[in-house]
Order: sequence, then C-alpha cells, then structure tokens
Amino acid sequence: MKLAGKRPVALIVATVLVLGAAVWMLWPSPAPVRGLDQRIPVVDGPGDDQRVTLDATFFPPAGGGKAPVVLLAHGFGGSKESVRAEAVRTAEEGYAVLTWSARGFGASTGQIALNSPDYEVKDVRQLIDWVARRPEVLLDSAGDPRLGVAGGSYGGAISLMAAAYDDRVDAIVPQITWYDLADALFPGATGEGPEQGVFKRMWAGLFFSRAVGSPLAPGADALGGLTGGPGGPGEAPPATGSPDPAVQAREVRCGRFLPAICEMYQQVATTGRATPGAVEMLRRSSPISVPGKIRVPALLIQGKQDSLFPLGHADANARAIAATGAPVEVAWFDGGHDGGDGEIDWVADRTIGWFDRWLKKDGTPAGDAFTVTRDGGRDPGTRRPILVHAATARYPGLSGTAQTSVQLTGPDQPVASPPGGSPASISTVPGVGGLLANLGGAGLAMDMPGQSAAFQSAPLTAPLEVTGAPVVKVRVRGKGEVTLFAKLYDMGGQRPALPQGLVAPVRVTASESGTPVSITLPAIDHRFDVGHRLRVVLSTTDMGYASPSAPAVHRVGLASPALTVPTDTSLRAGAPGLAWWTWALPLAALAVSAVLLLLGRTRRTDEAEPELAGVPLQITGLTKRYRNGELAVDDLSFRVEQGQVLGLLGPNGAGKTTTMRMLMGLIHPDAGEIRIFGHQVKPGASVLSRLGSFVEGPGFLPHLSGRENIELYWRATGRARDDAHMQEALEIAALGPALDRAVRTYSQGMRQRLAIAQAMLGLPDLLVLDEPTNGLDPPQIAEMRKVLIRYAAQGRTVIVSSHMLAEVEQTCDHVVVMHRGRLVTAGPVAGLLGGAVSSNGSKGRLEDVFLDLIGDKA
Amino acid sequence: MNAMTDRTAGSKAYAPGRTLPLRVEIVRQFKRRRTLVMFGVLLALPWILVVAFSLGPGPGQQNSLRLSDLATQGGLNFAAFVLSVSATLLLVVAVALFCGDTVASEASWASLRYLLAAPVPRDRLLRQKLVVALGYSAAAVISLPLMALLAGTVAFGWNDIHLPGSGEMIPASTVLPRFGIVIGYALVNQLVVAALAFLLSVSTDSPLGAVGGAVGLVIVSNILQAVEALGVIREFLPTFWSTAWLDALSPELDWSGMIKGSSLSVTYAAILMALAFRRFRRKDVVS
Repeated sequence: MKLAGKRPVALIVATVLVLGAAVWMLWPSPAPVRGLDQRIPVVDGPGDDQRVTLDATFFPPAGGGKAPVVLLAHGFGGSKESVRAEAVRTAEEGYAVLTWSARGFGASTGQIALNSPDYEVKDVRQLIDWVARRPEVLLDSAGDPRLGVAGGSYGGAISLMAAAYDDRVDAIVPQITWYDLADALFPGATGEGPEQGVFKRMWAGLFFSRAVGSPLAPGADALGGLTGGPGGPGEAPPATGSPDPAVQAREVRCGRFLPAICEMYQQVATTGRATPGAVEMLRRSSPISVPGKIRVPALLIQGKQDSLFPLGHADANARAIAATGAPVEVAWFDGGHDGGDGEIDWVADRTIGWFDRWLKKDGTPAGDAFTVTRDGGRDPGTRRPILVHAATARYPGLSGTAQTSVQLTGPDQPVASPPGGSPASISTVPGVGGLLANLGGAGLAMDMPGQSAAFQSAPLTAPLEVTGAPVVKVRVRGKGEVTLFAKLYDMGGQRPALPQGLVAPVRVTASESGTPVSITLPAIDHRFDVGHRLRVVLSTTDMGYASPSAPAVHRVGLASPALTVPTDTSLRAGAPGLAWWTWALPLAALAVSAVLLLLGRTRRTDEAEPELAGVPLQITGLTKRYRNGELAVDDLSFRVEQGQVLGLLGPNGAGKTTTMRMLMGLIHPDAGEIRIFGHQVKPGASVLSRLGSFVEGPGFLPHLSGRENIELYWRATGRARDDAHMQEALEIAALGPALDRAVRTYSQGMRQRLAIAQAMLGLPDLLVLDEPTNGLDPPQIAEMRKVLIRYAAQGRTVIVSSHMLAEVEQTCDHVVVMHRGRLVTAGPVAGLLGGAVSSNGSKGRLEDVFLDLIGDKA
Repeated sequence: MNAMTDRTAGSKAYAPGRTLPLRVEIVRQFKRRRTLVMFGVLLALPWILVVAFSLGPGPGQQNSLRLSDLATQGGLNFAAFVLSVSATLLLVVAVALFCGDTVASEASWASLRYLLAAPVPRDRLLRQKLVVALGYSAAAVISLPLMALLAGTVAFGWNDIHLPGSGEMIPASTVLPRFGIVIGYALVNQLVVAALAFLLSVSTDSPLGAVGGAVGLVIVSNILQAVEALGVIREFLPTFWSTAWLDALSPELDWSGMIKGSSLSVTYAAILMALAFRRFRRKDVVS
C-alpha cells in the first residue's frame, strides 16, 4: 500500500480516538450526591413521653430544586449505612432521600419495638414532619410532602405500617417482608392460625439474636443488607459498660429489645408454642392488624429464596392492599433471606420506576402486574446462568389462573417422630442456604430414613410450570398430636431437588380412623421438566423448626390421589424488542464498505495515444521509491521499437525487475508512465493481454501437472482456446512425458522452460523475459536464444533482462543499460560495441563496455 | 494487427469479464491436498464419533439432559452434538483455511503475478476467489452436519429429537426445518471468520499467517468474551453469538440471539471484505 493511501486512514482513526477520549473525559458528570448527617429528636411511646434521637442522613436531590422524597428503611440488624448505596442511587434519580437508623439500631437511641405503632411508626410520622420542613422537598400541601417509603424485611414492614398510620405516604415499595409476623414465626399449612403453628425455631433465634450485642457474635449481615445496600456489619449496640451483674445479664439476654418483647420471645422460644399474647403483640407490628388502612400504590417485591417470609406474605399484603382499590404490583425475584442473586439493579430500577410513576407522575408506564424472575438459560458467551423476567398483566394469586391435577401414588406409610426431634430432616439452613445453593441447583434438602412418607407421580409427559401454592390432601392415623413437614420435590435430576428449599409445617391431631388434612404447600415458581416426577414428602422433623421431643409413630396416607397444582400460562418472559443496532449496524457497515470501495476506485480511463500504437513500449520518466526510502527506479525513459530483441542490462539491484513489475501492472509507479502500444499500463489494463511475461521466476500451482497449469492459466485469461497456440508453446517447454507430472516434482530448469512457454501462450506482441536462461544448461540456452530470435523475426518484440553480458551480446540487437535505477545508455548493440575503445586495447566486448559505463557512473 | 482498430485495447478476444471463470478457480483449488484433507476430516469426524460413542459405556444416568449425553438418542440429536463440538474450532479452521489461503497461497507460489498480468483485473480476481472460497466454506459447514445426520441415523436410528436441558421431545418432522435454520445460522456466523481470513490473505504472502491469524483472532475473541468485566461490550465480539443456533432447538424458537449474531456477522464481514478489496487494489504485488 502506498504511504499516501495509508496516512489519511491512520489520521482518521487517530482523530476519532482522540475525540472519543476527550468527549469521555469532558462529558459533564452529575455532581456527586452528598448526604447530610442529622440527629432528629422524636417523641414516642404509648404515652408519647419517650425521647429518642434518631441518627439520620438526608440526601438532597441530585438535580437541585424541589423533588419528591423517599424514605429508605433498613433491614433488621442493619443501620442507615446499610441502605446508603441505594439512597445515593435514588437521589441521583432526582429524589430527596432520608435514611435513618431505626430506634435500637446503629447510633439511634431507644429500644427495638418491632415496628410497633406506638414506637417505630410514631418515629416515622415525625420523620415525615421533618422532611416536610426541608426546602428541597416537594409538598402536596403544607406539612404533607410528596412521599414514598421503601425498604426490605424490617424496613419493608415499616413502610407498610407507616402507610397504614400516616395518610401523607403516597407510594410504597415493601420488599421481602411480612404480612403477619406471628404467622411467619409460627406457620401452619392448614390455616388454623399461629397458635396452632409450628415454631420456626432457627429463623426466630437468628432474628432475635441480631439485636443482642455480643463480642463473640460479629454481625454476619444476614438481615441488615437485604435492601440492596452493600451494608457493612450491623453496628453493635453501644454497651453501657455497667458493672451491675443484673444489668449485664439483661443486656446479654435482651440486647436492645423492649423488655416486653424480650419476655415474650423468651417464653415462646422455650415452649415452642405461640401464646395469644404473643400473637397479639406480633400482629400489632404486622399489616394484618390494619385491614383496609393501606390505601396507597404498592409494589411488593418478595424473594423466591426466602424461608423466613415466604411468597405467601406478599400475596396476603397484595390482596389486602388491592381490596382498598389501590394499585398493586407483585414481583417474585431471585433473592430473599436465603440468598439468591439479589438482582440489585433490577430491584432498584423497579423501585425507582414505581416512584417515578406515583410520585413524580412523569408518565412512566405501569409495569407488569406480576413479574417472576426465572432461570433464563445460559449466557451465550460465558455459559453462566442468566435471569429472565416473566410477566403477566394480572396477578394470579397463589392458586394460579388454572389448576392442574397431578396423580400421586403411594401406600400408607409409618412415620416415626424421633425422641428429642433429632436427627432432623434438612430443607433450608437459615443464613447458609444462600451459600450452599451455589454448589448446585439441588440444594441440600435431605430426609431422615423412617421419618417420612413419600407419594410420587408418574414421569411427566409435558413440562409443568408451577406458579403458586399446590395443595395435597392426606390422612394421618395414630394417636395424639403430630408435627409434619410437607414438601414437594422435583425428582429427575442427579438428586431430588426441593424447589426454593421450602417446607409447609402442619400440626395435626391424629385419629385411629385417620384425620384428613388439606395441606397448602409452599408457594413456588418452578418448572418440572419432561420425564421428571413430582414427589410429595411428609416428614416428622425439620431442622429449622421445633418438633415434639416425645417419640411416636403415625401412619400417613393419601386422602386424595390428586395433587392440585396452580399454573399461569400467561406468564411469559417478554421478548425484549430487537436492539436498534441489529438493523442499524449492518446498514452502517454496508454504507461504510460502499464508501471504502468507491473512494478507493482507480480511474479506468484509457488515454490512448494513437501515434504510439505501433510502438511496443515507451517508458517516460519512470520513478519508483520503495517504502524503505530506497529509490529503485529513477527517472527512467527509453523506447522499444517493433521487431527488436532488447536486452535490459544491469548488475543486480539496478532496477530491472522493478521496471518489469511496473510493466506488468503489479506495482504502482510514483511518477512517469509506461505505454504499451500507446496504452498506459495500469493494474489490470486490457493492453496487458498483448504482453507475455516471465519475471522473477516461475509461478505455478505445485499440486497440478505442467499441462493443467498451462491450460488453467490460459482459461483464466478468458480467451479462446484456439488463440493459445498451446502446441507451439509446449514444444518450447520440451518437457516430454513430465508434462503430466505434478509441478512440485520438476527441476528448476523444467519450471523455467514451462514458465517461458506460458509467457508465449497466445503469441503476445510483446514478450518480456527476466533472466530467462537462469537454470538452463548450455544446449538449452542455445536453443532458447534461437527461439527468441525467431520469435522477434515474426514482427514481435522481445525484451530480455540479464546480468549476463555474453547472453545479451549474443541474443539482442538493442540494449538498455541500467545502474542504480538510472538509465546509463541505450542503443543498438553493434553501435555500443563499435563506439567503445577498450582500455586494454583488446577487441570490443560488451563486458568491457558495460564495466566502463557503470564504472563511470558509479 | 492494429490495436487501435480494436474496440478494446487488448488482444483479440480478450474481455475482462471473462477472465478467471469460477469453474477454473474451483478446479485450481479442488485438487489441493489441504482441500481434500479438510473435507476428509469433516466427513470422517461423524463416523469417528459414532465409533467413539459405541465403544464407551452407555450414558451413566438416563436422566442426564446434557447435549453430549443425549447424542446417542438419534440422528438429529447426534448431528446437533457434532455441530456443537465442531462449531467453535473445527469449522472455524475450515473456513479460515479456505478463505485465508486463497490469495496468500497464490502469492507464495508466485502465480498471483501471472494471473494479474494475464490480466485478470484485481477486483475481479478477488471477487472470483472470494466466491469460490465462500463456496468451499459453505460446503464444509453444510457437509459436516449432513454427514453427522447420516451417520447418526445409521448408528442410532431416526428418532424424535430429545431437547437438552428440558428433555422435551419434538417430532423429527418438526425439527428438520429447524435444522435448516441451524445450518443457515452457522453459515452466516462463519462469515466473520471468512472475511477476516480473506483480509489477512490479501495482506500477507504467507498462507499459514492468514489462516493462523484468523483462527488466532477468533480464539482471542473467545477468551475476551469470558471476561464478564467487559459487560455489554462482549455482546459485540464477533464470536459472542456463535452458539446462538442452540436457540433454534429449544421448544420455542427464539430468534433474538441469532438475529443479533447475524447482524454482527454481516457488519464485520462487510467492512472486512471492503477493506480487503481496497487494500488489494492499492497493493504493490512484490511476491
């Protein structure tokens, strides 16, 4: 490529790069969001007489001006720092944001009252008073800011409770939170209420211990960071450092809990049964206690990986809020208290989108009423799992839009309750479930032998996508009360898989005739593949729950063979519209290539000079400089007349071959021109068809025979077979039977002769041969000489380059002598010899003349 | 003969549009050992795999739903498996060979200059060579799955396809047109490799350099796409969508990956080929 052609391209690329870098560096980035730390005093308690200082941070909206305000609440065991990243993100989207450490957490004072209307809810009402006084906050009316509340877990519950108790809340996004805290800690799958529920021992213990500071229990932030913030370890409550052993004992026992709540927990955790008082207390902190009072648009985001607050809680909240006529959307995402992906970005986008719609009222379209995160196969590049969001316009609830009946089979089976409730089956281990889930899809669900009854379906013939809570009817025979844990396995993988690690505990009073129980299994969203079986297992133990310590044996059988399975076929992962680039890029590429090709076109005008039509070759001012700067041909001019045999003579490096390459249109001259029969030579010029050439050695396809090479070459010229004079050419090659052998078997001389024969195909008017006698033996040289002379005698023209002077002397009638790219002399051989006076007085020989000539010029 | 009386400046009966006919170029390339070896490998591979599968013990778990474990379920499953194991490298090498070798080997044999001085106009030479090289590439990409289909059917029977992942069965009659989509996408997807190899072929005199360069860049792209830190940039790597044809065998035909892959492939191919032509026009042929 010529330098001239390369430079603009390089220049354009460099310019684009520099411009891109400059734009990237100078692009105005929004001013970083700054948080203002505040200490906000509040007064709460049943008698409005307790003074508490809340540690809060206020983030003004990034764009300045007045904006709606969002209260971001943290999870249990966390503090305002747990939601800082989320707060910054929300503020950058143009919201004022307030984060605070709830009473009893972080640097706030006071004691934990579990989102009680008398304490935390009153605190939030006063925080709303506080933000209403901020100049950055948009007000609906005096003292009533345009306000949204969001948070996860503990923070999700306060957003629901605040909406119930304060009319100034305009929209909420509660995440992974409860509807009924009593039911979450004492669940029962028969619907008889928490007093008949089974104590969720491990989760309850973890939940309460989060608020008890111990130097040996550094906060593993299981609950604190659930709202999506990076959330450092929960801050330990300030130790009072009291030397009084009684105070110390209370501190390690109850931590920062309100004593009443502490006492309640101590009692229920000891007995494993919920007392009416405990249920009353827990429900005061739950949306179940405020029916019809949450009347604001709510986006409920619940985790599929959550055995603490399973999907049923979001369902109950959704139904309660929707009953008031308020808009509700539900999303089941891949997260929750047991781990999962967390989908931080997706949750933040949905949350901000919800506030955009209901607070900014900027016309953000409604989302889908119901969204479920599902396994979306694998990333095509990394082959790692990716998530897709299946959505539908209607929230189906837990019983789906349709029900399928799956037939189960299995005999009545005895199940033993082990003494002390140990060993226990495993479904999910709170706190570590998320870590172990990464080891394989199957999780670590495991049943103990002798403790469980199993009922199984036939292999599925079509895939079954379960969305909601399946129902199974069993019969329990025996005496007294038994605790059972029902679960639905997906059989077919390498291990039985327990979808989402969930179990449904039931407490049944067995009878000899068999007590029928209708068990609502945990709500799941799970696809059972073809060939897999559904298996319902009822186990007497589960590690996460309290179970009776007295040994017993009961018999469990199916009351109905039908397992009712809810489905929703309208749930579809929306095909994201094709990205704009899928059509724009190819079009742009075609345009770019068209430009590349059109701009690079060489002009095809053939400025023939008619007066030179009879002149086989005229070279004028020809110059070629190679890329390394070496001047290969320097202002060369000469002319060849018809019928001449011209010798192009010069030592190696004189520029002979370069000249011949330019003659063939292989390389582009920097200056000057070559005309063959009056036509300028350019790459691919038609006049080259009147030129036969052999330059710098033969060029054949080694895998083909000599004959095939010659024939295919002639066919490649596109000319008629009869014009080739194939026979005459092959006689010159004189290869005999070797003609049908592959060329790779030829000697150097054979290839040389074949190449000269190829140059003579079609009897071109001008024949150019570069060192034609290299590699030939003396008889062949003599023969070649005769061939060339005979060829020219027919009125054609031959140019032979050589550094062998004797050769030129005997073959040529004219000679052009070159040295270092320049013309030294040109003329008839005879004239050159005649005019030369040898220095040593001997008979004029071309060799002497030549040495004289280049010696002079050198 | 007076040239000036001819309408063309050249010899009698010379017409640029008739130079280097496709048939000639096909013959020139076909008798090469590497062409024959490559097709031999492509056509033998399915049979070698059939032997390998029948030698080894049957799949350990009947329930495994990986493509490799399902390969023996029938001809269609087997063909899908063969395509999946060869698309990332073997077919890339084949396409890079046919398209990367075509000009560079002529340069290395020195036959290029005689073709150009014949004269075959440069654009026409490239066009004819590109058409033939793409033809051979397409033949390679098509012949492998077809032979796999034949070998798999002979060895494992003509059965409905067993989808990997879900284990669903789709009737063979439904999946056969899908198989056409798979092969079609594989062809379009290899355009990038073809164009890249062709550009390198025009730029170097070493056939090995052109073929190896193209394969090397594909490998680099494959490595880069495993770097998740690159985020969305990875989607624009030429090899990112190379396995998107698997979507054609999912229960619900999903076009999005294949459309993106085809779009990128065409984009890269158009620009690389334009560069090849532009470069060759201006090039000094010194080999």
